[in-house]
Amino acid sequence: MSARDNIFRKLRAASTTTLPSPDAAITAHYASLPRTAKADLAKEFAEKITAWHAEVHAVPRSGWVAKLQEVVVAKGIASLLYAPATAHGKAMEAAGVGGLKPYDKPIDGWKQELFENVDAAITGTRGAIAETGTMIVWPDADEPRLMSLVPPIHIALVDADAVMPTLYDAITQQGWSQGLPTNALLITGPSKTADIQQTLAYGAHGPKELIVLLLTGEDAQ
Amino acid sequence: MQRDYPGGPRPTDVYFFATCLVDLFCPEAGMDAIQLLEREGIRVHFPENQTCCGQPAYTSGYADEARAVAKVQLDLFPNDWPVIVPSGSCGGMIRHHYPKLFAEDAALKAKADSLSERVFELTEFFVKVLKVNWKGSGATKKVALHTSCSARREMGTHLHARQLLAELGNVELLNHSHESECCGFGGTFAVRQPDISAAMAGDKADALKETGAEQFLSADGGCLMNIDGTLEKRRDSFRGQHLASFLWHNTERKGEKA
Amino acid sequence: MSTPQTTHHIQFVSGNEFKRRAAGIVADPFLKKSFRGAMDFLMMKRAAQFPDPELLERQRDLAEHIRRYSLSKLPELLEQLETNLKKNGVQVHWAETPDEANAIILDICRRHDTKLMVKGKSMVSEEVELNHAMDAAGIEALESDMGEYIVQLAGEKPSHIIMPAIHKTKQQIAELFAAKVPGVSYTEDVDALIQIGRDVLRKKFMEAEVGLSGVNFAVAETGTICLVENEGNGRMCTTVPDVHIAITGIEKVVEKLEHVVPLYGLLTRSATGQAITTYFNVITGPRKSGEKDGPKEMHLVLVDNGRTQAFADEQLRQTLQCIRCGACMNHCPVYTRIGGHAYGTTYPGPIGKIVSPHMMGLGATHVLPGASTLCGACGEVCPVKIPIPDLLIRLREEATHEAKPGHAPLFGQGAGKTAFASFAFKGFAFLYSRPALYRLFTWAATRFRALTPGNQAGWTKTRTPLTPAKKSLRDLLAERNKH
Repeated sequence: MSARDNIFRKLRAASTTTLPSPDAAITAHYASLPRTAKADLAKEFAEKITAWHAEVHAVPRSGWVAKLQEVVVAKGIASLLYAPATAHGKAMEAAGVGGLKPYDKPIDGWKQELFENVDAAITGTRGAIAETGTMIVWPDADEPRLMSLVPPIHIALVDADAVMPTLYDAITQQGWSQGLPTNALLITGPSKTADIQQTLAYGAHGPKELIVLLLTGEDAQ
Repeated sequence: MQRDYPGGPRPTDVYFFATCLVDLFCPEAGMDAIQLLEREGIRVHFPENQTCCGQPAYTSGYADEARAVAKVQLDLFPNDWPVIVPSGSCGGMIRHHYPKLFAEDAALKAKADSLSERVFELTEFFVKVLKVNWKGSGATKKVALHTSCSARREMGTHLHARQLLAELGNVELLNHSHESECCGFGGTFAVRQPDISAAMAGDKADALKETGAEQFLSADGGCLMNIDGTLEKRRDSFRGQHLASFLWHNTERKGEKA
Repeated sequence: MSTPQTTHHIQFVSGNEFKRRAAGIVADPFLKKSFRGAMDFLMMKRAAQFPDPELLERQRDLAEHIRRYSLSKLPELLEQLETNLKKNGVQVHWAETPDEANAIILDICRRHDTKLMVKGKSMVSEEVELNHAMDAAGIEALESDMGEYIVQLAGEKPSHIIMPAIHKTKQQIAELFAAKVPGVSYTEDVDALIQIGRDVLRKKFMEAEVGLSGVNFAVAETGTICLVENEGNGRMCTTVPDVHIAITGIEKVVEKLEHVVPLYGLLTRSATGQAITTYFNVITGPRKSGEKDGPKEMHLVLVDNGRTQAFADEQLRQTLQCIRCGACMNHCPVYTRIGGHAYGTTYPGPIGKIVSPHMMGLGATHVLPGASTLCGACGEVCPVKIPIPDLLIRLREEATHEAKPGHAPLFGQGAGKTAFASFAFKGFAFLYSRPALYRLFTWAATRFRALTPGNQAGWTKTRTPLTPAKKSLRDLLAERNKH
């Protein structure tokens, strides 16, 4: 008998009755919570993620590249990793943002370079969560997983219209269960730790800084 | 912990379950509790055959022995009167654990359920059932309050005691640090893990004393003996008193509440 | 019932050794202050997350419902999880014992010619003593969670399941780094200390052939594992090396992603008082063709190690509801006094007392369920409403008695039985179930109170002796009735 067989045999030997599913209770619970008005979601998200030590810049959708260029200069970013096949990647190329470095080949050949010679990376997001100030990052073949992890600065584009009230809303409305990427991520601020005497320190292993460009309508400035 | 309290007229008769600790180690607290009940015009019945709720055996994992002791108590309260216990942990034992202890015997389970419904911790009975209307007598007193853990978490005693004291008008209740923390008694724990227990009792005694209170109060005999015994060993003059005794000596009845 | 038989390298702590360690720790004013300070901080942060007690109660009810539901169909969920993981390209392994788990992991490592394994935080890997097994096989297993890294560098074990290095001060860590990390000089600056750890470990993430992680939630419906962390080392371990091995207990599975949401919300708030962690890492397979990063191979090792024993009994099964937040230890007055090391188990504190007997047997752990005042603080804060005090009482019973007829004995059943205790409780039952005898006893105890022993074992070390009153309550009442 294999370990698997033994484990299942022991589990099945126990008397269990399947309890009623919690689905309805979960739905009812989230429906019962006070909800932020749609118009205030982006503001709540911005406030919350700022409290988590992120830097947030609200910019009109047409003006984010200019803001990015300001950030690149202000932070002294010499090498900015980006995903060339994405729409925002193309926009940056077109605008001639300085220091652009495309993530265009498998990591295996340039791991050390990524770890040691890239100052920042910019990625898109699949939305955000107001309640906790959280970004939903959805890496794919074009915009891989390590971009939001390895470079010391992570710059993320968040569309103000894609901010949802709670994680539960995000998972259900976006239908996560129907198609997850190899690695979906919720990111709430830069990497941190309090493992030394409960003292908070940023940049434990991942990015030390998180910069959010919150894309809004033209009049939202 | 939520329970529905009987409405309607006040009970005229109650049973008093003293608990073994009060009977043998702090009988004056039992006496004062009985007198407080009588002051409310209630006849107090003391079943002669009562011994102990069985908690020491139950919490030590000796369920059969606990059952043997508990079974004797089940027959002591034949009339449908409330059963008043001047100790939260023993009250919690009867209220919450008796039904579990007798789960496998329908006849005994029925008795345990009936008893469980009728058992009240003393301050709970004063506040929730009798809705007593008392005022303090004498000078203003500064006191600290320690509530036993099982009383707090199984019977809500800390809230009842607080409310009673607040209504007196001449008692200043001083909060101590880590108020909800256990005093380290834990029945046989005090003997099984003496060093940890002593550390907890010592911290509790310090915290109560640091409030600057004149004395501390507790509605649980076990905690009282633990903390008071610690203070006495230190030859400290700061001491505790059973809440029932404090109330008997420092309050008077104002009449019924509207 | 077969029980996990394995050579443990954990130092078993006997009852006397537990007491000795505890006595040493409570006598140390420095440790007392630091544990108390740390636990106060964590309790305060948790409380701030739950300002509305009624809402908290609803959340706990919901979380309990989800966990109980998941356990009620555990075999089906595990099968579904396995099927979906395989579909996603994840290799699934099963281990009944720590040795089996280690052998599986070692085998994977050998196939990849592994010299270095970087580890994200995993209590199950601690439980099976993976580092010891890797060490014996000549593979470096390096902890990368800052707290775990510190503890490993010091040659110690975690003293808390969420904050492994909570027993160490920054001065101690400064000395440790200066002594053990090449080229580092003494600094007490926490940012600088973290930067040192970051620099060391970043190199290791690049080098390592294998990354190992734990699992916070496994989702059956999607074949997904979820990891909760703040530092990013978990992401490093699960993304940078070519091989990712996740290890978890079989109880961690839930049916749907939606079921994770309420649990995750309570986990972080209960553990460290955070509304959410920096990262929630949702992994559904290794690198797909066309993707540019991520591990090329991914494994999940599902470990029993005594969990099926807890599962077999309806009451003890509640132990498996645990989501490992550590709130029970943060609120435990005993843990606060003695810290995590005295227990001698991977999981300390209240949860450790109810889970360790299934893993290590009551022979090694029978003292632990007794080392509690049953104050109930643990059960009160438990986000999934495990009735920890009731389970402690149950384990006290199992530790001191033979198995009941028709019940399979637990691992180490009856190991804590002593003739003295059995006799004492028989005597207790004999006396207190005979009212006439009890009355005689109180009569004698009050009349002969002068004969009460002045030395009452542990009690009188720090307290005056328990002495019966001059007159018992029934005597006082009898006297009053005479007048």
